[in-house]
Amino acid sequence: MAENIDLKRGLDIPLKGVAERKVNALAESECIAVCPGDFPGFSPRLLVAEGDRVLAGSPVLADKKHPEILLTAPASGIVKSIVRGDKRKLLAVVINADEQRSYVDFGAQDPTALDGDAVKDLLLRSGLFAAILQRPYGILTDPALKPKSIFISAFSSAPLAPDEDFALGDQAEDIQTGILALSRLTDGGVHLGLSQKNYSKSPFHKLEGAIIQIVSGPHPAGNVGVQISHIAPIKKGDTVWTVSLLMVAAIGRLLRTGKVMLDRKVAVTGPAAVNPAYVEALPGTPVAALTTISEGIRVISGDVLTGKAVGKEGFLGFFDNQLTLLREGPEREILGWAKPFRPKIFSASKSYFSWLTPGKKYDLDTNLHGGQRAFVLSKCFTDVTPMDIFPIYLIKACLAGDIEKMEQYGIYEVLPEDLALCDYVDPSKNEIQAIIQSGIDLMIREMV
Amino acid sequence: MAEEKKPSLFEKGGKLYWLHSSIDAFDTFLRVPGTVTAKGAHIRDAVDLKRVMIIVVIALIPAALLGMYNTGYQAALAVGASWGFWKMFWYGLLKVLPLFIVSYAVGLGIEFADAQIKGEEVNEGYLVTGFLIPLIVPVDVPLWMLALAVAFAVIFGKCVFGGTGMNIWNPALLARAFLFFSYPSKMSGSDVWVHIPKGQTVVDGFSGATPLAVADEAGHHTVDALSAAGWDWWSLVSGLVPGSVGETSVIAILLGAVILIWTGVASWKIMVSAVAGGLLVGWLGQIAGATALPCWYQLILGGFAFGTVFMATDPVTSAQTEKGKWIYGFLVGALAVTVRLWNPGYAEGMMLAILLMNTFAPLIDHCVVSAATSRRIGKKKTA
Repeated sequence: MAENIDLKRGLDIPLKGVAERKVNALAESECIAVCPGDFPGFSPRLLVAEGDRVLAGSPVLADKKHPEILLTAPASGIVKSIVRGDKRKLLAVVINADEQRSYVDFGAQDPTALDGDAVKDLLLRSGLFAAILQRPYGILTDPALKPKSIFISAFSSAPLAPDEDFALGDQAEDIQTGILALSRLTDGGVHLGLSQKNYSKSPFHKLEGAIIQIVSGPHPAGNVGVQISHIAPIKKGDTVWTVSLLMVAAIGRLLRTGKVMLDRKVAVTGPAAVNPAYVEALPGTPVAALTTISEGIRVISGDVLTGKAVGKEGFLGFFDNQLTLLREGPEREILGWAKPFRPKIFSASKSYFSWLTPGKKYDLDTNLHGGQRAFVLSKCFTDVTPMDIFPIYLIKACLAGDIEKMEQYGIYEVLPEDLALCDYVDPSKNEIQAIIQSGIDLMIREMV
Repeated sequence: MAEEKKPSLFEKGGKLYWLHSSIDAFDTFLRVPGTVTAKGAHIRDAVDLKRVMIIVVIALIPAALLGMYNTGYQAALAVGASWGFWKMFWYGLLKVLPLFIVSYAVGLGIEFADAQIKGEEVNEGYLVTGFLIPLIVPVDVPLWMLALAVAFAVIFGKCVFGGTGMNIWNPALLARAFLFFSYPSKMSGSDVWVHIPKGQTVVDGFSGATPLAVADEAGHHTVDALSAAGWDWWSLVSGLVPGSVGETSVIAILLGAVILIWTGVASWKIMVSAVAGGLLVGWLGQIAGATALPCWYQLILGGFAFGTVFMATDPVTSAQTEKGKWIYGFLVGALAVTVRLWNPGYAEGMMLAILLMNTFAPLIDHCVVSAATSRRIGKKKTA
């Protein structure tokens, strides 16, 4: 029987530019990039050189710490360039993609006939093991570990998030196979969090082999971290794995076809998006191929709270099936803070009058709307964090670098994305996600 | 490559860059900064600290206006003159405005100097503190005393801790406490609360004492003592009685409370629990014979309402956890009335109760957080 998780706290930011449920054609693009920066905790070792030929599924990069973790090419073609940044940091391996894709054949398999080690081996060889993130810390996981359980959130509640029923609804069989394969990797079971909205119509509610939880409430209800904290909070020493629904589908497809097929419907969204709709694309596709981008627009791979600004020359992130386009907002409004009405800007607080127009969608820009200050209000953080933690105490413990306090206040349970709304609501304009990340980085350095 | 732009006077590298804290303060006051998000969430809420502070100031305006009117009203009453509404208001405005000017000039001056020395941005906290201080002092307080108190509160109450957000005690109350203990003759008794127009004589029978003092002097607090002085519960609620400038009118304060609660700037939990604490101790005092006043009189006398709504709820110095707010507020209310009823020295206890609970707020939070943490870790072990 499905359990219900009913969340009250959180915030849905009413942003303009939700993607229409139709798939637009992808603009011509020859390049596909493999960006190691998409994989938290991955330190890349190059396996190919410029001019090498790769197939979809051929290894391109290996992790220095766990050499068995590979990143593979999403498309076949010739390695065109290896892009490096400051201090020769490896940023991307760019592949000139073939028109007709050819694949490495890993062999179609029945997940129920495989044991855990065979599934793990297949995932490692195909590069899809890197699609699994571990909690705590939200990094690539040690293949030798056996997770307590595996968590999948079947929906995203982030602003303008793709409608998973539309984006992945036709892949229910892949997802089913993926879930069965993942359930081989743990003794604790696979948990699947479904949105309560149109639950009965969802193509996912008949999935088998998973423990289904029905989650309702505003963002961040769709965050897997929030769901875990309500199902089985992570304590010291636990390791659980999380896989996004998109990646479960890719894993399922690998088993059913023997091929690494990372194609996905990408929602092009945001107030600055021209005709927001879906585009079918591979991870690593140049964002310029996904949509038209004019000047003064910030291109974000992912959602507006947690996504990465990739720039016009950037690529779609490995884990992302959303692109958000926002106006940059360097304009300086005269006496903005003192105006009784600022109808163009949304505020979750009642100190403006957004509450008078609950249905209105806003064209928000990237302006910070204020200067950075010390923490003054703290209830606003609790109001958008539906977890059993005290956000302000955790934030301050991270700032102080106090590991013992961070442990007590729940650092194992959170990733920056779970507190992304704190960034948004803070009147003191502190960078909460960056603070939490610095705390997590410290934990990784000291504990691992 | 674009041509290197010469830095303007106040930009980094410019001649007057060392003044940038002050210039930034004026600049961002007039125009929202053009900063865009660099990391974390790409969009941010419209609310900032300037907005939060201006909301509190707006919430204080009814109390300030009524305080001005009441200053004129009391003056007219004292000399037996019959002035019209506007004359009373104008008279009060002229008496109260210098308090505001001194408070802001001294306080902001020190804030700017402090920011300038540290090379930081000027923080907005003093917008509220500077408005609060004139409202919690007697109208006749000498301006040099006020200036001294403001300087003390800003330097030792805030700057030494690192500015708004870091302070332990409510700076406005520190200013009042400074005056209270340094110049008691100007802060208590019956001669300081009403400004008597120069050269005029007070009519017979006008005492100028606050209702709280009147009730206290009668030995046992009684309603009769209050009515003998000409006050019923309505005059206490409407605020046409002697007292600190902004604290007398419960109606004006309630208007402010509505604004603060609705906008979420101040915690309703602290207000409700402070009222509960005050009522409970007031009732116990009634039973124990310490007072003959019905317990709800405690809420409309003196600075209880003002302190509960505007002082105890200061988000920086009050408890931060939601459970902690209930405890903190309750103790503020309970302690304030305890001091009123059982301390023979002080007629009013609100200021001391809030300052004391400011001191203990971190301890309350610590207990709440520790309890929750051990419950959470315990829960996980059994899971």
